[in-house]
Amino acid sequence: MTISVDTTTRHSAVLGLGLYRASRVVPNSEVIEGIDSSDEWIQQRSGIIERRFALPEETVVVMSVGAAREALADAGIEAGQVDCVIVATVSHMLQTPSAATAIAHELGSTAAAFDISAACAGFCHGMALASDMVRAGTAKYVLVIGVERLSDITSASDRGTAFIFSDGAGAAIVGESDEQGIGPVVWGSDGEQYDAIRQTEDWRDVVAAGSTEMPHLVMKGAEVFRWAAFAMAKVAMETLDRSGITVDDLDVFVPHQANMRITDAMARSMKLPEHVTIARDIAHQGNSSAASVPLALRQLVLDGEAKSGDIALLIAFGAGLTYAAQVIRVP
Amino acid sequence: MASTEEIRADLAEIVNEVTGIDADDVQLDKSFTDDLDVDSLSMVEVVVAAEEKFDVRIPDDAVKGLKTVGDAVSYIEKAQAAV
Repeated sequence: MTISVDTTTRHSAVLGLGLYRASRVVPNSEVIEGIDSSDEWIQQRSGIIERRFALPEETVVVMSVGAAREALADAGIEAGQVDCVIVATVSHMLQTPSAATAIAHELGSTAAAFDISAACAGFCHGMALASDMVRAGTAKYVLVIGVERLSDITSASDRGTAFIFSDGAGAAIVGESDEQGIGPVVWGSDGEQYDAIRQTEDWRDVVAAGSTEMPHLVMKGAEVFRWAAFAMAKVAMETLDRSGITVDDLDVFVPHQANMRITDAMARSMKLPEHVTIARDIAHQGNSSAASVPLALRQLVLDGEAKSGDIALLIAFGAGLTYAAQVIRVP
Repeated sequence: MASTEEIRADLAEIVNEVTGIDADDVQLDKSFTDDLDVDSLSMVEVVVAAEEKFDVRIPDDAVKGLKTVGDAVSYIEKAQAAV
């Protein structure tokens, strides 16, 4: 008795993109109070001019649905055609059920739906899963969403993070294509730095201590900067190599929008040529963790800075520590 | 073994590449933060470049103790001698 399986391998590609920016524009002047800082200091340290915070009604599900609808329209498919919904997030504040089933339902889909937790690297992890699903025939169309409401878990008085984090959602439709449009993923983790970026405490300890304050995110800035700017530049180069691409072939570089200084250091370390468009979405969005890569990529397309057919390198890295990167063809 | 002046000159070149500060200003008695205005993120970049250039390891905990250019040069000298 053998188990029957389809052994055909297909090509996968990104077919559409969508974004949802949280509505409230929060300038540096609003966040400096809690951290005894200045607009100049924040811009110099991070490149952030302003960030987006969600209104109360802009939940993780609402923002995701907004980004997903735009991605579906961009790909020219209906929600009913989607076979799987993957949602990367760390700020859906329910342990269970997942955000993904609510998002699928809101879109009018009964597809397989689940959340993944790989922090800021979540979207690129989701893209890897989606690409392999399409190649194996497990799904014809996969909706991948990166979404965060980090303002819920950011302390306004934490000097290392209060000016960095933000809210928003980005989405991509991955589906079958005549030629391969998504390269092999290069991914991994470094659990030795488990506490480099983390939630301050376990929820149970919060309750046991009788605290009325939510736990929040904290980060070891210098350690994370060293890892992100240098170790990740090496991962980026390996990712290009695995796809048979050189920096000269590259059109667009979309690193996780963690900090403009990390992006600059990575670009220097990778010796990216002048012609490569570098995503700098962080200036007006802030760091939206899992949402940052699709938000930045979609904005480059909307602004005409990334064109259909361009070769783009996506790389995301974050708490865990985790990282994932792949080369894609811009839809 | 490189002389103190050679290490200082190479380090000055790295500081210049990372921050644009004139290499001649990077003298042993200068404080990275107070005199040269090198912030903690630029300091990480300088340290990583120095690790490659001088083939030494400068962990984050040690970086916090490197207040002046002279501190960094002597740390590199000691680290090289220990190899």
